[in-house]
Amino acid sequence: MSSWLDYTINGLIVGNVYALVAVGLALIFGVSRLINFAQGSIYLVGAYIGWVAVVQLHTPLPLTIIVVAAAAAAVGLIIERFGLRPLQNSVRIAPLLATIGISFVLDQLVMLTFSPNPRALPSQLPDVRFQLGGGTIGPLDLLIAGVGITSALLLFVFLRYSKLGWAVRAASQDRDAAMQMGVDVNRVNQAVFGIAAALGGVSGMLVGMYYNQIDTAMSLQATLKGVVAEVVGGAGNVPGAVIGSLLLGLVESYGVAVFGTSYRNLFAFLLLVVVLVLRPNGLFVSARQAPPEPLTGTFIAPSRPVRIPRWALAVAAAGFAVLPFFPVSFYVLQTLINAWLLGMLALSLTLVAGTIGQVSLGHAALLAIGAYTSALLSLTSAVPVGLAIIGGGLMSAALGTLLISPSFRLRGHYVSIATLAIGEIVSLVILNWESVTRGPIGISGIPPLSLFGYDLISPSSVYWFSLAVMLVLALLQGRLLTSHLGRSFRAIRDDDIAARAYGLSLNRYKSLAFIFGGFAAGVSGGIAAHLYSYINHETFNTQQSILALTVVILGGLGNVVGAIVGSVALVGLPEVFRIAAEYRILIYGIVLLLLVRFRPQGLLGTI
Amino acid sequence: MTSAPEPLLALSNVNTFYGQAQVHFDLSITVARGHIVCLLGGNASGKSTTMKIILGLVKPRSGEVTFDGASLIGLSTPQIVRRGIASVPEARRLFADMSVRENILMGAFVRNDRDAVARDLERMLTLFPKLGQRLSQRAGSLSGGEQQMVAMARALMSRPRMIVMDEPTMGLSPLYVDRVLELIRTINQAGVSVFMVEQNASLALEIAHEAYVLQTGRIVLSGPARTLKDDSRVRDAYLGGSEAA
Repeated sequence: MSSWLDYTINGLIVGNVYALVAVGLALIFGVSRLINFAQGSIYLVGAYIGWVAVVQLHTPLPLTIIVVAAAAAAVGLIIERFGLRPLQNSVRIAPLLATIGISFVLDQLVMLTFSPNPRALPSQLPDVRFQLGGGTIGPLDLLIAGVGITSALLLFVFLRYSKLGWAVRAASQDRDAAMQMGVDVNRVNQAVFGIAAALGGVSGMLVGMYYNQIDTAMSLQATLKGVVAEVVGGAGNVPGAVIGSLLLGLVESYGVAVFGTSYRNLFAFLLLVVVLVLRPNGLFVSARQAPPEPLTGTFIAPSRPVRIPRWALAVAAAGFAVLPFFPVSFYVLQTLINAWLLGMLALSLTLVAGTIGQVSLGHAALLAIGAYTSALLSLTSAVPVGLAIIGGGLMSAALGTLLISPSFRLRGHYVSIATLAIGEIVSLVILNWESVTRGPIGISGIPPLSLFGYDLISPSSVYWFSLAVMLVLALLQGRLLTSHLGRSFRAIRDDDIAARAYGLSLNRYKSLAFIFGGFAAGVSGGIAAHLYSYINHETFNTQQSILALTVVILGGLGNVVGAIVGSVALVGLPEVFRIAAEYRILIYGIVLLLLVRFRPQGLLGTI
Repeated sequence: MTSAPEPLLALSNVNTFYGQAQVHFDLSITVARGHIVCLLGGNASGKSTTMKIILGLVKPRSGEVTFDGASLIGLSTPQIVRRGIASVPEARRLFADMSVRENILMGAFVRNDRDAVARDLERMLTLFPKLGQRLSQRAGSLSGGEQQMVAMARALMSRPRMIVMDEPTMGLSPLYVDRVLELIRTINQAGVSVFMVEQNASLALEIAHEAYVLQTGRIVLSGPARTLKDDSRVRDAYLGGSEAA
C-alpha cells in the first residue's frame, strides 16, 4: 500500500494541482511583477462554486469544470479591473498589499456565505482503483492529470500561436517596449488574470474532490503552495512553475512517506527557503542575475509625516495611564490591553517593514517564539514571570534574526515571501517538536503575570503593565529613529545600492532592526502567553501578521506614534461599533484595500 | 528656417515636469514629411523625454503634440503606434527571450493583414541580410549591432509613416554605426520620416535634414543640418552638455 510508486503517483497528482495555481501566479508575475496573494482565494471560490454546481445544481462533471473556470475567471477579471488597475501608478508595494486585502475580503465573504464548517465535495466519479506497476491509480487521479496536461497544452498553444499570447510574452519581457509595438497592456493584464483565475478555480475544485472536503482554510494554504512552486521554478517562468510544482508535490509526498503527514508543509517551506537563499531566481535561471525588482526607493509612499507636539503625546499617555481610576468597564480595559499588545507587535513591524523596508508577512512567528519561551521558562524552569518575558523577548530577537538572516540579500516581494515561509516554518516546528513544545496539545496552565513576586491579576494592573512596557518600547524606538542608526535604516530602505556604496553594511543594519523588532514582538508574545494561560501553534497565526501589517500601514509605515494609533483604532473601533467577530477580518481587509488605494502613507504619514 | 512642406509631427510649447522638476521649457519641434530630423543634446538635456512625449509614455503638463494634423495628447501609447509612429527605443529593448523572427513580427502587432506581413518579413531579410540566419535564435543572444538591426526591422514592420529613434548608434562598433546611418537614409528614402535623438552630433548631422539642439530643456539652436554642421555653437552645446556654454 505504501509503496514508493504510490507516493510518487500521489506527489505528481498533487503537483499537478499546485501547477494549476503556480502557472497562474507565474503569468501574473511575468506581466505585472506582482505576487498575487489573492490566487488562493480564487482557488477557494472555485471549490465553493464547484460545490454549488455539483451538490445543488447537479451539473455533470464536464459542465462543472466549465462553470467553475468561467466563474473564477470572472472573479479574476473583477480583481484586475477594480482592485489592481487603479494602482498602476502607485508605489511598488501597493498592488501586493491590495492582493492581500482582496484575499481577506474574498475568504471572509465565502465564509459568511457558506459558514466555516467543512463541506463534502463529491467527485461524481466511480470509486475504483487500477493497478499500475506496484501502485494504484484512480479515475480522479487521471482526471487531475488530464486537466493539468490539457491546461498546459492549451496555455502553450495560446502563448506560442495566438496574437494575445505573443502580447503576453512580449509584455512580460519588456512592458514599455511591448506598448511601443502597440500592445495594450491592460488587455494583457486582463487576459492573464482571467486565465490565472480560471486555472486556480479549477484547481480548487479538483482538490476539493480529491479530499472530498472543502473549507475556508484552503485559501492561504493554496496561495502558499502556489508561491513556493512558482518561486522554485523561477518567478514569472511558466514552464518553471510546472516543474517547480511537480517537484514540490514529490518532495512533500516523499517527506510524508518518511516522517508523517504533519511534516508535509514543513518540507514545502523548507524547499522554498533553500531555493530563495541559494537560487533566488529559481532553479532554472542563473543565480547571478538580479531578480526583477525595483531597485530604488519607490517601495513606500513618500509623505510628510504629521507632526504631533511632544506635550500632546505626553498628555495622551497620561490620559491612558489614569484611565483605570475612572469608572470604566472591565471590557474597555480588556480591549485596550489587546491594543497595547498589538501595539508592541506593530512597533516591531513598523521598524522592520517601514523604517528599513523589509515587509514581513510572518511577524506573528516572533510572538510565538516569545510566548513559548516565556511560558516554558516560567513553567519548567520556574523562572520568575517578569524575567521569563524578557527571556522571551531575547529569544525572539536572537532566533528571529537568525532565521531571517539568510534572506537578507533578498529584496521587495521576495522578503515578504521568505518571511511568510519562515513564519509558517516556526508554527510547524512548534507543532512537530513535541518533546519541547508539547506539539498539538499546546501549553496550558501558564502562570499569570507577576512582577517582583506580586501577581498582576486585576485588569487595571495588567493594563498598567502592558501600557508601561509598550510606552518604554515606543520611547526607545523613537530615540532610535532620530539617531544615526535610524537614518542608516532609512537609507537602506530607500536605496540599498546607494547605501552599500556609501559604506553601510546591509546585513549588520538589517540584523539590528530585526533584533530590536524581534525583542519588542517577543515581549508582546510573552505577556500574551501569561495573560491567556494557554497557547498552541495556532494562537499566533498569519491573520495576526496581516492584522499587524494593516495597523502599521494605517498608522504610516515607520511611524512609531502611528503604530500605536493604528492598534487602538483597529482593535478599538470594532469593539465600539460592536461588530461581530466574523465581520472583523472582512473589515480589516476592506480597510487595507481603502488605505492602499487612497492613503498609502497612512493616517500619520510614513517616516 | 527652410520653407518645409506641412509638418507631419509638431510639438508646440510643450512643458514637461517630473514631480517638481521641469524637464521641457516651451519646447517646439516640427518634423516635415519625408525628412530626417535630429534632436541633439547632452546628458539630462531632456532628449529621451521628448521621445517619451511623442510616444505617449510621458504626459506633458501643457502644450500640444500633433501628428498628421491630429492631436496625440491623451492617447495611449498603443493608440499612438496605430496612428503610424514606430519606435526604436534606447538600448534597443528587444524581447530577449523571444526569437529574432518573433521580435520582428511583434513589430507588426497592430496589423491584421497576415499575408502582407509575411511579405514584409521577407523584405526585411533583404534589407538586413544578416538576420536571415539568425531568425530562430534568441534575440538576447545577438551582438549589439545585430540587435540594432532587429530593432529597426521590428519598427519597420508596422509600416509606419514615422520612426522615432533614441540614440540608434549608441554602443555600436564604428562599422555598425556607418551601417545604421546608411540604413536610416535608406528607410527615409522609402518615404518614412525619421525623428532621432542623438548625442553624436557630427554623425547625425551627416544624414539629417534639420536639427534642433536641446540644452537643459530648451531649444537653443535649430535649422537645416547643413548650416548647423558648421556652427561652432553646436559643438559647444553638445560637448559641454551643461549650461556652461
